Amino acid sequence: MKILVQAEAFDLGAEVNAISQGHTDIGAIASFVGLARDSNEGSGVQAMTLEHYPGMTEKALAALVDEARSRWALLDVTVIHRVGRLLPGDSIVLVAVASSHRGEAFAACEYIMDALKTRAPFWKKEETPEGERWVDARVSDDAAAARWTDS
Amino acid sequence: MNLRVLYFARLREHFGLAEENVDFAGATAADLVAQLQARGGVWAEELAAGRAFRVAVNQDIVTLDAILPDHAEVAIFPPVTGG
Repeated sequence: MKILVQAEAFDLGAEVNAISQGHTDIGAIASFVGLARDSNEGSGVQAMTLEHYPGMTEKALAALVDEARSRWALLDVTVIHRVGRLLPGDSIVLVAVASSHRGEAFAACEYIMDALKTRAPFWKKEETPEGERWVDARVSDDAAAARWTDS
Repeated sequence: MNLRVLYFARLREHFGLAEENVDFAGATAADLVAQLQARGGVWAEELAAGRAFRVAVNQDIVTLDAILPDHAEVAIFPPVTGG
């Protein structure tokens, strides 16, 4: 398990290699990378700054990874979330999940992202031509997270 | 009792405060929110009924009926938007 909150960029290939290195029991690694877009809610976005709650962030990420591990048979999980100022095209978040078969890996990767979106204490502030603005939480994110408790 | 109260993101900016020590005579998270609302101005505005905010006690998100232990670290922040 690897959970990191950092300002620096990450390398998807290096992270996936690190998971699989020396493990012949892994049959599937599913990964997700979230990127900073150049537009949101009809405005251009020139940059964004990610704020977080040091201490709680790591605790919240560890809790949702533990939940995923109790739901599915996972062999390894890596979660890396960046903080600080990011430009369009920069990576924001990486989730990579290893398991014996693809079904568990796909499901757990999506679960972790949905849970992170509603429960990990990060906040985005965008720089637009109209000025700075805090991003509002999306109802669709709550719905995405809720479907895992409905099933 | 004494609480360490932290604010993040939009609330930190509007309150002009990242953290403070609060002398608290109530029991629950709702009591603390009411005490802060009573300051008026941006406090009354941001913490008004119907405004979306979250409360964490010792780094776990709680509901407003949660009991606050003495010396708790309480954080109040907008719904999260990471990922």
